[in-house]
Amino acid sequence: MASIAVSTTINGDEVDFICQPDESLLDVLRNRLGLMGAKEGCGTGDCGACSTMVDGRLVCSCLVLGAEVEGTKVETIEGMAEGGDLHPLQQKFIENAALQCGICTPGFLIAAKALLDQNPNPTETEIRFWLAGNLCRCTGYDKIVRAVQDAAAEMRGETA
Amino acid sequence: MSFDAAYHEKKLNSVGTRPLRPDGVDKVTGKARYGADFNVPGQLVARVLRSPHAHARIVNIDTSRAEAAKGVKAVVTAADFPDLTNGNAEMYAILDNCMARNKVMYDGHAVAAVAAIDAKSARDALRLIKVEYEVLPHVVDVDAAMLPDAPVLNDSVFTGGVEPTPTTPSNVCNRAEFGHGDVEAGFAKADVIIERSYKTEQTHQGYIEPHACVATCNKDGTAELWVCTQGHFVFRQNCADLLGLDASKLRVTSSEIGGGFGGKTHVWTEPVALALSRKAGRSVKLVMAREEVFRASGPTSATSIDVKLGATKDGKITAGLATLRYTGGPYPGMWAELGAMTSFACYDLENVKTVGFEVLVNRPKVAAYRAPSAPMAAFAVESAVDELAHKIGMDAVDFRIKNAAQEGSKSSYGPVYGPIGIGPTLDAAKTHAHMSAPLGPNQGRGMACGFWFNFGGQTSSNMNIGMDGTVSISVGTIDVGGSRASMALIAAEELGISYDDIKVVIGDTNTLGYNDMTDGSRGTFSSSMATVSAARNAIEVMRKRAAITWDIPEEDVYWEDGHAKAAGSKYGNLSPLSVAEIAAESGNTGGPIAGHSELIADGAGVSFATHICDVEVDPETGSTSVIRYTVIQDAGKAVHPDYVEGQYQGGAAQGIGWALNEEYIYGEDGRLQNAGFLDYRVPVCSDLPMIDTQILEIPNPNHPYGVRGVGETSIVPPLAAIANAVSNAVGVRMSHVPVSPPRILAALKAEANG
Amino acid sequence: MRYERPETIDQATSLLAGAKGKAFVLAGGTDLLVRMKGDDFEAGLVVDIKSISGMRDIAETDEGFVIGAGVPCAALNEHAALHAAWPGVVEAANLIGSTQIQGRCTVSGNLCNASPAADSVPAMVAAGAQAKVSGPKGTRMVPVVDIPLAPGKTSLEKGEMIEAIVLPKRPARAGDAYLRFIPRTEMDIAVVGVGVNLTLGSDGTVETAHVALGAVGPKVVVAEAAAKTLVGTKLEDTALATLAAACSAASSPIDDKRGTVAFRKDVAGVLARRAARIAYDRAGEK
Repeated sequence: MASIAVSTTINGDEVDFICQPDESLLDVLRNRLGLMGAKEGCGTGDCGACSTMVDGRLVCSCLVLGAEVEGTKVETIEGMAEGGDLHPLQQKFIENAALQCGICTPGFLIAAKALLDQNPNPTETEIRFWLAGNLCRCTGYDKIVRAVQDAAAEMRGETA
Repeated sequence: MSFDAAYHEKKLNSVGTRPLRPDGVDKVTGKARYGADFNVPGQLVARVLRSPHAHARIVNIDTSRAEAAKGVKAVVTAADFPDLTNGNAEMYAILDNCMARNKVMYDGHAVAAVAAIDAKSARDALRLIKVEYEVLPHVVDVDAAMLPDAPVLNDSVFTGGVEPTPTTPSNVCNRAEFGHGDVEAGFAKADVIIERSYKTEQTHQGYIEPHACVATCNKDGTAELWVCTQGHFVFRQNCADLLGLDASKLRVTSSEIGGGFGGKTHVWTEPVALALSRKAGRSVKLVMAREEVFRASGPTSATSIDVKLGATKDGKITAGLATLRYTGGPYPGMWAELGAMTSFACYDLENVKTVGFEVLVNRPKVAAYRAPSAPMAAFAVESAVDELAHKIGMDAVDFRIKNAAQEGSKSSYGPVYGPIGIGPTLDAAKTHAHMSAPLGPNQGRGMACGFWFNFGGQTSSNMNIGMDGTVSISVGTIDVGGSRASMALIAAEELGISYDDIKVVIGDTNTLGYNDMTDGSRGTFSSSMATVSAARNAIEVMRKRAAITWDIPEEDVYWEDGHAKAAGSKYGNLSPLSVAEIAAESGNTGGPIAGHSELIADGAGVSFATHICDVEVDPETGSTSVIRYTVIQDAGKAVHPDYVEGQYQGGAAQGIGWALNEEYIYGEDGRLQNAGFLDYRVPVCSDLPMIDTQILEIPNPNHPYGVRGVGETSIVPPLAAIANAVSNAVGVRMSHVPVSPPRILAALKAEANG
Repeated sequence: MRYERPETIDQATSLLAGAKGKAFVLAGGTDLLVRMKGDDFEAGLVVDIKSISGMRDIAETDEGFVIGAGVPCAALNEHAALHAAWPGVVEAANLIGSTQIQGRCTVSGNLCNASPAADSVPAMVAAGAQAKVSGPKGTRMVPVVDIPLAPGKTSLEKGEMIEAIVLPKRPARAGDAYLRFIPRTEMDIAVVGVGVNLTLGSDGTVETAHVALGAVGPKVVVAEAAAKTLVGTKLEDTALATLAAACSAASSPIDDKRGTVAFRKDVAGVLARRAARIAYDRAGEK
């Protein structure tokens, strides 16, 4: 298989990489670019641990070919904090104890950010259905949903 | 040094508060390193070839083409794992499970493994391995496996625990009996008796992180293993035993762990990765695919349970009898025994008997899953208890309160209870607002109780006081979900310093003494005990150093509020020395300051919970939604209440999944049909409501802060609580878990058709 | 395996026609990439069609709504006019997988995957949707119902691909709906799916009815007899009961890991009744 050269933008930086034609974006991120924040929990798009943004859409990076991101903008968990400053979602996840083992956390954060970017004031039901593609086996989701609600309120400027 | 582990009530400054966890930033920024997030230069990629058959004799394995393939550096089969187990049946089972020796025992059983330069070469090489099988009849159902004409998995298994030992082999490897009194006499006194049979299906722990490791094994016997595990010391010992290595030369480093719930207490592929590395002379990375996780790791037992329960009209249980049949996969275990022990543990019974049968089937080797074996037994018993309460016209909570075990009760499995929480959780349920909230059409409320023993065991902890007075602690107990924060809180409390001045890490196997794994809800209980002990030892050192500094007798120095203080008016002009002040002088007073502890944590307090849930059932489709859920559980002492609540909520969610949708589904061919998160249906975010929690604190007398284990009990009541709620909603008793929509609809139709 | 990203339909179809070994069209990839991970998967060529002009567009034309084969299902929901005209089809498309899957999956892909349980297919069939199929011999319009033949098999010939799905224009007083049953609230494959499409006369009488069932046969089931029972009714209780019975009768499902024969037949009727009610109410509002 001939490798493919790909030019893309990841977390605002221009990045060139080569990959195999059948290599997933997740494998490219993790194995070629050292961005190991996205996790492989299933490889079939059923767990959301590899959630990544491509051109503003939330996707499972395990179900995107590396070759497909030519000329796109990719955003990963590594780009979520600005400098050392955590995004409000990241801060609220810690404050609300919304993680136990933490393996699903990067995926939840990327997915939750995609939600709040388009819906700054989601209902609990909207949060739950939006995040239904992100499995968490530790928390029962309670504290995750609360963290998203808290972060949304803070981002709307309603922090108590 | 002697260590007093007894509980003493005192005013607390740190324990019981909710500070931010120390590993939070790493985990929300993607920096935390899990099993698959580690690489070694030049590492190979390994893949495992697995059996497509449920039961077959391995006639021949030809690996020659794979070995010759481009990029392949090593191929191993059972031939590369000589039997070093010296007749230890448990170790032999682990060995055979890691790599099938003569027969494959289940769909997914490993038969060979390859290490190659990349994933594609490894995958291609698997296809070049030719395995010749002689397919044998298989059995996956627990009841079918007990029939006289069932295919026998292992003809050297004769039922243990019965006199005389049978002369013909069978799939029933053990019978275990518990109880006291005379159940027949008890039933004779009963006004109402019910007798029911229940079934539960096999479930998987469902941790989101697949098993992963990086192994380096050199020809000189030195080795390193990076692995996601609940117990790196146990993994070290198992791997060393199976591969003939010296344990001390195998250094195991635990990664962050992406969920375990019991499923990462067993070695699966780690010995295989080490063997491949030894053969190839290079490091080997082995990460299971999700499908392999389902087919070949985990799961819990499938069960079939009969319960007979009798009570007087005024609500006193006169006798309880349970017969429990648990699958163990292809190897003997003690799963039915645990089920038999826990069945009636919530109740104070004069006459009780439980009998557990451990049954071999062609399914993966059963692994611990959060309070292993207890949820199924509780499902059966708590369903029967509920039905009996209905029958005698008594409120389900009142009936349980009347029969609840209390301090001094002889438990159904033997010991006499100390102070316990079953009564208080029931009292709290009785008065909880949830209990009296109105229900709508097609809604039902259910409740159930649960019990778990909790473990203690061997534990090590090192505390080092830095020159600036900040403290680093190494513990040997894996942090599966926040225990580093709890350790820091405990140490802060003992030393009298700030939580923020303490950093806790998990030490590797060569930096600490042996440590049992994080199972049996022992993590915080045991490791905090060792941390308390280490802190007290460090304080002893600091008292000595203060005495040297002041040049006064050591016995005149006492420790209070984070300071060494001189006792008595004669030292009136000596101002107390802080940890930082003592540490700063350590170079002049005797060197670095540390406290160590190696102990056996005894006296893990048993734990009880009561759960309440409301469901709504669509009577036309059998679809169930959980609309409200409350967990009430005794924590002994909640060190970090956020993470105690998290354990309660997480256990409840797993139990809800088990109750409603999760199950292993086997085809006629004995192959697993749903080895993925698509059709193995764990609860998703939109399936659940908020899960309310109420923490009760009935101190464990055997822990300095009264801590009990909290991790497991929360998965015990949900199966019954949900089934009781569904039964109350639709008016038909549901006796087969999961109570999936087809089962509910079929039960409703059967009822309608009389 | 070769990966190609052509910029015209002609390039795409000639690549597909000339491929040695198996060739696959890559649109959203949410089925294809899962299959690619299988140990037995072999492909000579994958043709990513998303760079072809128009593939990612939804156009409103004289024919109706033309949905390019690369349009992710999430975009259907974001298209107000499409959502207003065909809420049932849009809802069906939006039931496929998670938010993450929605960002990638397409209705064309859902159709070509040829799963009997595909959510968007019964809704599209009830809606009378057509597939615009391009190939070496040119372009043809094929009713959506004729694309899948059996599980995993389509009527597309070598070199052919779906360029777009065309949903017809809507008359007044028309409404559609799709309901499916899954054990959880999200993330499952349909155990049963029902698409209903109705047009009403001015007095609220059903004038035309189309009903299609998913996951109750080897491919989407057009429940013609069941649909006919609705014509001339105002969805009275008896009409709905008749519809339910007819849909159950039209179902010939199998027992599998997702459901039983009895369950699927029963629930097909229940969902048909409920979906018809929703479609009827929607039609009445217009």
